[in-house]
Amino acid sequence: MRAMVFAAAMLLGFVAPTLAPAPALAAGPTTLRIGLREDPDILDPTLSGSYVGRIVYAGMCDKLFDYDPKLDIVPQLATSYSWKDPTHLILHLRAGVLFQDGEKMDADSVKYTLNRDLTMPRSLRKGQINDIAAMNVIDPLTLEIVLKQPNSAFLAQLAGRPGIVLAPKAAEQEGDKFGLHPVCAGPFRFVQRIPQQKIVLERFKRYWNAKAIHFDRLEYIPIVNSAVTLANLQAGALDMAEYVVPTDVAAVEKDPKLRIAMDTSLANYGITFNVGNGPEAKSPIGESADLRRAFDLSIDRNALIHVVFNGLYTPIGQANPPSSKFFVPSVQPTKRDIAAAKKLVAASGIKPPIDVTLMVSNSPDILQAAQVIQAMVQPAGFNVKIQATEFASSLAAARAGHFQAYMIQWSGRADADGNMYSFLHSGYGFNYGHYSNPEVDKLLDQARIAQTVPERVAIYAKIWKIEQQDMPVSYLWSPKNIVGLKKSLLGFKQVPDGIIRVQGMHFAK
Amino acid sequence: MSASIAQSPPAAHSPFRIGLRRFLRHRTGMLGLVLIVVFIVTALAAPLIAPYSPIATDWNAIRIGPSLAHWMGTDEIGRDEMSRVIWGARASLAAGVVAVLIAAAIGVPAGVLAGFAGGRTDAILSRIVDAMLAIPFLILAIALAAFLGPNLRNAMIAIGISSAPVFMRVARAATMDVKTQDFIEAAIAVGNPPWRTALRHVVPNIVAPVLVQGTLSVATAIIAEASLSFLGLGEQPPQPSWGSMLNAAQQFLTQAPWLAIFPGLAIFLVVLGFNLMGDGLRDVLDRRRRG
Amino acid sequence: MQAPIGARLLHLVPTILLVTIIVFALQHLMPGDPAVMMAGEAAGDPHVVAQIRAQMMLDQPVWWQYLHWLDEVLQGNLGYSWRLTSPVLVLIAQKLPVTLQLAAMAFFFAVAIGVPAGVVSAVKQGTAWDWAANAIGLFGLSIPTFWLGIVLILLVSVDLGWLPPSGYVPLTQDPLRSLATTIMPSFVLGNAIAAILMRHTRSAMLTALSQDYVRTARAKGLTEQRVVIRHALRNALIPVVTLGGLQLGTLLSGAVLTEQVFDVPGIGKLVVDAVFNRDYPVIQGVVLVTGLLYILINLATDILYAVINPRLRGG
Repeated sequence: MRAMVFAAAMLLGFVAPTLAPAPALAAGPTTLRIGLREDPDILDPTLSGSYVGRIVYAGMCDKLFDYDPKLDIVPQLATSYSWKDPTHLILHLRAGVLFQDGEKMDADSVKYTLNRDLTMPRSLRKGQINDIAAMNVIDPLTLEIVLKQPNSAFLAQLAGRPGIVLAPKAAEQEGDKFGLHPVCAGPFRFVQRIPQQKIVLERFKRYWNAKAIHFDRLEYIPIVNSAVTLANLQAGALDMAEYVVPTDVAAVEKDPKLRIAMDTSLANYGITFNVGNGPEAKSPIGESADLRRAFDLSIDRNALIHVVFNGLYTPIGQANPPSSKFFVPSVQPTKRDIAAAKKLVAASGIKPPIDVTLMVSNSPDILQAAQVIQAMVQPAGFNVKIQATEFASSLAAARAGHFQAYMIQWSGRADADGNMYSFLHSGYGFNYGHYSNPEVDKLLDQARIAQTVPERVAIYAKIWKIEQQDMPVSYLWSPKNIVGLKKSLLGFKQVPDGIIRVQGMHFAK
Repeated sequence: MSASIAQSPPAAHSPFRIGLRRFLRHRTGMLGLVLIVVFIVTALAAPLIAPYSPIATDWNAIRIGPSLAHWMGTDEIGRDEMSRVIWGARASLAAGVVAVLIAAAIGVPAGVLAGFAGGRTDAILSRIVDAMLAIPFLILAIALAAFLGPNLRNAMIAIGISSAPVFMRVARAATMDVKTQDFIEAAIAVGNPPWRTALRHVVPNIVAPVLVQGTLSVATAIIAEASLSFLGLGEQPPQPSWGSMLNAAQQFLTQAPWLAIFPGLAIFLVVLGFNLMGDGLRDVLDRRRRG
Repeated sequence: MQAPIGARLLHLVPTILLVTIIVFALQHLMPGDPAVMMAGEAAGDPHVVAQIRAQMMLDQPVWWQYLHWLDEVLQGNLGYSWRLTSPVLVLIAQKLPVTLQLAAMAFFFAVAIGVPAGVVSAVKQGTAWDWAANAIGLFGLSIPTFWLGIVLILLVSVDLGWLPPSGYVPLTQDPLRSLATTIMPSFVLGNAIAAILMRHTRSAMLTALSQDYVRTARAKGLTEQRVVIRHALRNALIPVVTLGGLQLGTLLSGAVLTEQVFDVPGIGKLVVDAVFNRDYPVIQGVVLVTGLLYILINLATDILYAVINPRLRGG
């Protein structure tokens, strides 16, 4: 058999010398090739829901606001904003901005886009901005947005997908097919997409910030298999990979032509317990907060991260990671304490072993983490059965309440509301376990009205205190954004949201 | 077809005894049988021969290469790879054999019915089989496994159902072949009811081709189970299965190639065993082949 | 053995209808909610999911959805991908050439390995050559394609750095690079078919070598090489090629896994991703097209076989 493989290798070797990968920097136009961890869904900012889609938008569509590396909201298509009062937001728009079809961007285009987000039947943006009561065009570069109620998280939405301004003519003409040839006001314009293969953009010469752009083309290449991503980086077929798995970091760093850029991320992983969703909430762990706390106490987050993620990720005890402005320093990740866990188990009055079914999606690293957790909680008296489930099935099971504990990820938002409200407020879609605590609901609503960050952080501190008692979610770790790139690629500024901003990036001469 | 007509109606057991004797002299077939027996013994005696527990983790020994203490190294959470390969034989063999039994249990009766009854029954059953064969096998199995929920038992069912059409075809062809022979016509002429004729005369005659197909299908089913596990739709962790071990190994190809090598080698050897034995059986049992 | 060709053409209709019904039933039996998958990061908003469901007519009865889809298909409309909004037909047109290129190259490997191995093992029957050729055949049949894929990536791309591990380039864009990116997956894919071809070639050659015309040729004093190649092989190849045609179905099915391992953006990857994302129109469309292809190829092969081999006609 080995001879056969060898023979095959010989056969391939015959043709190989002439087939060496094309050099990354051929003469002529400069192309930046970015590897994505998966293929984005539709490229229509109103209709798309995938995380990686946001990375592609960064090359194609500017937003009203953006985040800087410190997660401060900075101007992009809007130059400034002011709150007339807590429900009246005034946006001042940048002058001289053109869409990629030559149309001028003005207050009407912003109004059109937000209206589209609010009214399109399949819009995924509605929930993010449905506090909008009215929009008034004051002059071509000034828009007033009237909110139904104060919402401190609203501005952050305009730094996310709802803040992308679409070319109204093109959007109107294409309707729900706009995503096949999107037109916005970003640095690169859409050329072609072959699903699962590549998305090609080319420089938009009349981009308002053209001097910050140093590439002629941009290609996004989805590669699911991490080993293949690594090999493509090493072979020079990618200039940059948006995500390198922790176990490949050493290999990238060993390569003289490559480097790793690593930064905190906004994402979090945790275990959601089914405390109130259907009959399956009537499990020991679903009914007893003591048991959930015991479970939480049995997990050694540092060891878990060491085993599965080469020690690179960050242990957490709340949804907002330490890099967030909304991080509450007094809420630290739980330290493993088996004695305390055993005491809680004893206090619960339920005799171990306590059976817990842990549903996880079937990606290898998550399975690995689940098996480590399974071993960690065993001494405290938990008998965990892992239920590896294909992702779509796991989501369906979670929503239907067919689970006891569900380990899942959230890509994270810069504004804490996006990491908490839908997860902990009763009646919302990511609150799979139907956790319902009127006090928490009230606090979450209060935090939306509170105007300043310190005020909100104080409210969140109260929420986390209750959360740690009720333990509807056991937060485990926050990953890192690990970008692999050529050393010759300069000017890359990492932002914790993981979005790759091409402005200012260039190849060394 | 003249050779088969010349053969007498099945006298009890004798063709099998002859077949068995021939098989025992079939060198590569016997090699296959030996391979299979080795794996079956390994699977049954796993608790005795595995050096460690297949699920005992050691977080201080993650992805350590092959050594004297761990002949095949350790895996991504510090379990002994060799013990997992040994225990993994259970999932693979069970999946292969059970899936084929399910496939045969569905396919053979349907095939005999179609072949014997002919006419509209045959037409309907044949259309269903054609339709199932026109859907890529793995897509059918993936959809079924997702529907039933991913675990080993359901993977077996999914593979079994997806492989049933092949058995139906084999059984149908063999039945139609037997049906034209004199002794069947004689049996019906004497006034035996059709179902009795089918049971007593047809079934013994299709055992050989079904047995051959079954052995070869075990090989395919083992690969299919590994494929499903590889896509995360098979055995549940931490229980080892070769396919899911390969799935986990994929992200450590460069750092820990042994995690991919050994389970793959195990699949290869056991599948080779079934293919060798299937070939051998065909050589000694298939009348048409020997002319 | 088979029904006449006309009747088989008629059978095609109910068969393909059944294919679509099975696929439709299966995808609705699969747990998972397409609306939730489409909502992605926005699924936290309870209204969003409900609205998508209504828009996609997912709250209609399944039979109604099926008839609606069938009606559209009969008008030549395979619908739109829910995830990508591209027309399903366009997606298939983008992906099928990739898989066909893969299949064609795999077929090339299969013939290049399987036929010579079969000839050698027949001509040198009972020798070490025969044994070696058989070993190659069994190797191909027994090795799991995804494992061979992994091993090849490890060896050829990672260790030796000879070939890119993935990153498909269309033939029309850069033929050499295109070949470089598909050579490994097609070898892996062709390997299993090689084994089957090898077995067919062997038995066909053995039959041919015992025929009168070969004996005559030998008697005429032709060299053994000429006898084998000019006379025996030519006749043996006829059934081999037609049987090879039947393996195209196996190739399409095998492409599913191979494309996954090598990240080749073909029809197999399209449909697997569609299954995992619950993109129903894509699943339905792909299975319809590949099913049709499979059935038509089978039919064509049968016809060809009947034409070449008159003994079978009307049997």
